[in-house]
Amino acid sequence: MTVLLDVAEFSKLFPVGGVPGPIARLRRRFAGGPEKLPKVYAVDDVSFVINEGETVGLVGESGCGKSTLVRALTRLIDASDGSVKFGPRELSLTPSRDFARDPDRARIQMVFQDAGDSINPRFTAFDAIADPLRRLRKMRGKALTQRVEVVASQCGLPLQFLSRFPHQLSGGQRARVGIARAIAVEPDLLVLDEPTAALDVSVQVVILQLLQRLKHEFGMSYLFVSHDLSVVRLLCDRVLVMYLGKIVEAGPAAEVFAHPLHPYTQALVAAVPRLGENVTERLRLTGEPMSPIDPDPKVCRFSGRCPRGTDACKTAMPALRRFGHRQVACHFAEEFLVQP
Amino acid sequence: MAHMTAVPALNVEGLTVEFRTRSGIVRALDNVSFSVEKGETIALVGESGSGKSVTAYAVMGILDPAGRVTAGRAMLGGLDLLAAKPSQLADVRGREIAMIFQNPRTALNPIRPVGRQIADVLIRHGNVPRNEAPAQAIEMLRAVGITDPVRRAKAYPFEMSGGMCQRVMIAIALAAKPSLLIADEPTTGLDVTTQAVIMDLVSDLAKDLGMATIFITHDLALAGQRSARIVVMHAGHVVEVAPTKELFAHPRHPYTAELIAATPDAAASLDQLASIPGSLPDLRRVDLPNCRYSERCPRKTDECDRPLPRPDPGATHIVACWNPLP
Repeated sequence: MTVLLDVAEFSKLFPVGGVPGPIARLRRRFAGGPEKLPKVYAVDDVSFVINEGETVGLVGESGCGKSTLVRALTRLIDASDGSVKFGPRELSLTPSRDFARDPDRARIQMVFQDAGDSINPRFTAFDAIADPLRRLRKMRGKALTQRVEVVASQCGLPLQFLSRFPHQLSGGQRARVGIARAIAVEPDLLVLDEPTAALDVSVQVVILQLLQRLKHEFGMSYLFVSHDLSVVRLLCDRVLVMYLGKIVEAGPAAEVFAHPLHPYTQALVAAVPRLGENVTERLRLTGEPMSPIDPDPKVCRFSGRCPRGTDACKTAMPALRRFGHRQVACHFAEEFLVQP
Repeated sequence: MAHMTAVPALNVEGLTVEFRTRSGIVRALDNVSFSVEKGETIALVGESGSGKSVTAYAVMGILDPAGRVTAGRAMLGGLDLLAAKPSQLADVRGREIAMIFQNPRTALNPIRPVGRQIADVLIRHGNVPRNEAPAQAIEMLRAVGITDPVRRAKAYPFEMSGGMCQRVMIAIALAAKPSLLIADEPTTGLDVTTQAVIMDLVSDLAKDLGMATIFITHDLALAGQRSARIVVMHAGHVVEVAPTKELFAHPRHPYTAELIAATPDAAASLDQLASIPGSLPDLRRVDLPNCRYSERCPRKTDECDRPLPRPDPGATHIVACWNPLP
């Protein structure tokens, strides 16, 4: 398999309370205060690859850094450290500001969470889908109209809806416009940030089936971000589990959900309600996640909430270790491996 | 059966609600009937637009001014909530019925510390003297599992996470130990791990207080896990009421069956999941069919144009359909 996206030792840190002005910095220096500003470790030393034609799921709680990672990969923000290789090209060298006019911009596209909020309310469905074609493909006139109509019908959007504004469309139709807009410029990598979170189950199924079909038709790779594990399991080949800026587990989706190795993944899988199942004694997470501001590099991020945690977890951060085609960042992974 | 003899905490009969809009009258609820017993948890399930929340708002007497209850009763003990005077309702709300709203961040007062917001309810509805309320509010925060409640009581909603705000809402709702709790999508927008913890908390507290709970959700799997009976709604109609296990094992209304088939589950693959054809009918239409599902229904017969069958009030499994699944 050819690697499409190779992310290595990627980090994104945000200073807390904004960058101080020059006077604040001088004052800090003369007062002898700490030189280093506190920082939020939104994404901390993350490495993974996405192969061509593969669907990778990214799951984790809100605040774990999913969206930051996605925004950095789609080059909406700049990385603090690490490399992002897209095919042969190193993307992290191009500032996000310049990437907007880059020829490769069209190759990475994104479907945003709530199509109702991410489509300009003053754009008709036609304009929304045509916008990236005008900007990135410089299409005009008849060619543009034709392309928009082709993409709309590929996404199952009836052509008479193209003249409507977002508020005149249903949730499912808006989701179709969001997808059509993203695939109009024929990207190689489509990043989907919870594309079905705002939809009813009946519509969700249709949209997921549409995404599956489009992937087979155009051979795109997907990075599918979601906190709905039952949806990730349906659509994804591989899954990455994030917790507080770190990848704690990675592997084939079916295996990870059937037999999770990291205690956090175990809790996550146990928390998913299943049809016709009563609440049994399940793994429960207690306590609050630790602060992402300057976390101790020697402490496992999950310690404090972890049911398996021991003192060893407070003195050494577990590295992401490989077991066959699975990866786990836990000192006790072997224990969970032998248990059926 | 058991629930024929038990005293219902709330009995809704024939609730009909209309909204006047510029583009016509929206018949949002039509002849909605269900009941919930003391200590029981039922779930109202349906797609968005099915009338779940409107039902709750009508019962609470907090409908939008454009909305009007045109028929029906909602009996809480001896009091008909739909006919009660505003002053009577004000005493009942918060004391007898409480509600947990969908989005805790917008439902909480943004410019008042959360401890004060709980104290307000305690003073108004809980017969707690003004000087003791702050200390009791801290106890409530502790009871809903907030760590360091003394410090958190002084926090504003924006300083807390979504899960924490939802805990505060639960504390406010339960402050006066109501006999009926309406939880309107209490975990939408929360993570699955937080969702499990919040739902555990609601069911534990409900059990302790012997409270009746109406749990509104669009997540059929979650409803199945947390309720004894399920009320399925579609386009302002109650289409099926059944004990949870029976509903999943033998759904009788075609819509319920489709809804179950569309819900992602551990066993199914994407191709096996069914989508429900069509969409909710426009409730402003003058020619709305008697069965509002008939235009999407694969089992439609000529009989379906008749007014919906009258349910047997004693039955445990109620289906509003002329041609139900066997």
